[in-house]
Amino acid sequence: MATAMRAGGVPGGVDAFLARFAADAAALPGDGAARRDAAAALTRLGLPGTTAGRRPEAWHFTSLRPLAGLNFVAPVPVLGAPLTIPGFDPAGFTGPRLVFTDGVFDAAASAAPGFATNGAGAGDTLADLRANSLDALNAMLCRDGAAIDIAAGIDGGTLLLVHRAQSPGSSAHPRHRIRIGSQARLSLIEIACGAGETLHNPMSEILLEEGAELHHVRLQLEDRSAFHLASLHARLAAGAIYRGFTLALGARLARTELNLHLVGPGAQAEAHAVQLLSDRQHGDITSCIAHDAPGCASRQQVKNVLTDQAHGVFQGQIQVAQAAQKTDGYQMHQALLLSDGAAVDCKPQLQIFADDVKCSHGATVGALDGDQLFYLQSRGVPRPAARAMLVRAFLDDALTAIADPRALSLAEQAVGGFFERHPA
Amino acid sequence: MLDIKALAASIDGKPILRGIDLSVPPGQIHAIMGPNGSGKSTLGYVLAGREEYEVTGGSVTFAGADLLAMEPEARAAAGLFLAFQAPVELPGVGNANFLRTALNAVRRARGEAELDAVQFLKLARAEAKRLAMPEDMLKRNVNVGFSGGEKKRNEVLQMALLRPRMAILDETDSGLDIDALKIVADGVNALRGPEFSALVITHHQRLLDHLVPDRVHVLAQGRILQSGGAELARELEASGYAGVVAAAA
Repeated sequence: MATAMRAGGVPGGVDAFLARFAADAAALPGDGAARRDAAAALTRLGLPGTTAGRRPEAWHFTSLRPLAGLNFVAPVPVLGAPLTIPGFDPAGFTGPRLVFTDGVFDAAASAAPGFATNGAGAGDTLADLRANSLDALNAMLCRDGAAIDIAAGIDGGTLLLVHRAQSPGSSAHPRHRIRIGSQARLSLIEIACGAGETLHNPMSEILLEEGAELHHVRLQLEDRSAFHLASLHARLAAGAIYRGFTLALGARLARTELNLHLVGPGAQAEAHAVQLLSDRQHGDITSCIAHDAPGCASRQQVKNVLTDQAHGVFQGQIQVAQAAQKTDGYQMHQALLLSDGAAVDCKPQLQIFADDVKCSHGATVGALDGDQLFYLQSRGVPRPAARAMLVRAFLDDALTAIADPRALSLAEQAVGGFFERHPA
Repeated sequence: MLDIKALAASIDGKPILRGIDLSVPPGQIHAIMGPNGSGKSTLGYVLAGREEYEVTGGSVTFAGADLLAMEPEARAAAGLFLAFQAPVELPGVGNANFLRTALNAVRRARGEAELDAVQFLKLARAEAKRLAMPEDMLKRNVNVGFSGGEKKRNEVLQMALLRPRMAILDETDSGLDIDALKIVADGVNALRGPEFSALVITHHQRLLDHLVPDRVHVLAQGRILQSGGAELARELEASGYAGVVAAAA
């Protein structure tokens, strides 16, 4: 399998990306000044772990060191192949969909509804590029991305947004912009998949206007030699509802940063996540849910299922501003360790400046229950199947909370695939 | 059907069974009675293959095979069933899914065709009805939120579906009212036949009124101290275990 070029004489890591930007800048679409700002920010921030010195607090448990020796090139996408994902029923990929191949819109593989197209360029951004390496890297190199805009009062139904990596050794930095108008709704199913050692560094910007509702199921099924460095920034106006669920199984090293900003009264956000990791996979879910208006609610349930030498990370911050009275926040992290070599790090962080709030969090780490395992075996269920049943049971409340039946079916297929590859 | 010879077992280095000899021929029901802490439940667990117990001596032959060499799931496939004294709750596992997975695993191991969802539900509903179980017990999570009696009935439902050759009932009567006791006993009696045996572990005569044993054994201090016919259970109910234990000492 092709791999990213090893840096030999050529600088790897952040220098490789900066060198690529210097060479390609003229060919990249959109606002050159914004890209140069992003490059300056990236130069200052670096990619945590790729250079000597202390990593910032937010990167305490995750190091990008494996990127240090790698030099990902710009992909040359070959477009038009029909959309299939091994192990998945192709019937799940029909209907409205946007497909991006190596970060570029693949019109022939897509079936775009009227409210969705593609578009590149920088411009206004919810992300603070001065603060965040992943956002800066994206802003510097992004070529294309989804542009979804649903007018007030419209029900957009279910839309699939697929990233597939086809060029080993390359990196893609798509920027997706999603605006759901007042009282409009959408069920968005995002799938990231591909082959070979690639880097996928997407940034999603989501604006939910008053009373808008977005169901957002994200399935991270990247190749097991790939890198997945994603960030999401959502802004919720009054009464808006964001129901997010991330299921991460792929990539050698993955980090997903979820930033939810509740700026209108009565907004509701969910930021659930499940990671199923094996071998030496490293998966990091880092979230910040900021309550800035009164009467908002947030729910977060994160589950890590880890086997072999896998390493799971959850960092969950909830910020409640002084104005955000009557906030109702809940966060729970549960880890299931299936081997002695698996490890999890969990850092909940509550910052509460309002005095009339309900905010709770909890964390558990455990192994499979011996009594439950024996009970199933005593009924004839072979041990590997019994273990799989109990892991599935551990995930049950998270999976059954997925409201869109298509999204649930895809998530179930992804989880089922994990058990087939890793008979517990 | 089941031949236990000089079986010794310990947990965490502590001996519990100290040489059990017991033979249950096909078609017979044997009862095991005895004071608390005598090793009754341990015997059930060791026979079912609970790995925490270490077998330190002896042998167990089940239907001609070396039972102790088999994994718990292989013992179930071979036709051994342990009804748990404290049935385990499985949050997140639907009862119907659990029962069908178990039944099909056992059928597969026995070389029988698996049942599809429709066939299975028809069978499960009929058996549940016979045990006077509300139908929603199939939809709920395994034993979660079940009353003590419902859990025991769920054990008997599993037994009825898996059709074992040898059932070990570990205090299946505890926590049951008179009506439920009769239903459970009827469930076991329905399986009776020349190819079905049972080992009924109980504290009380009550269950044995409905499930009349061929033999009764008194287990105390990890050994079988006395054996007799069905009348022994009634004598023990009247006189207690103290006499048996003292006589053996």
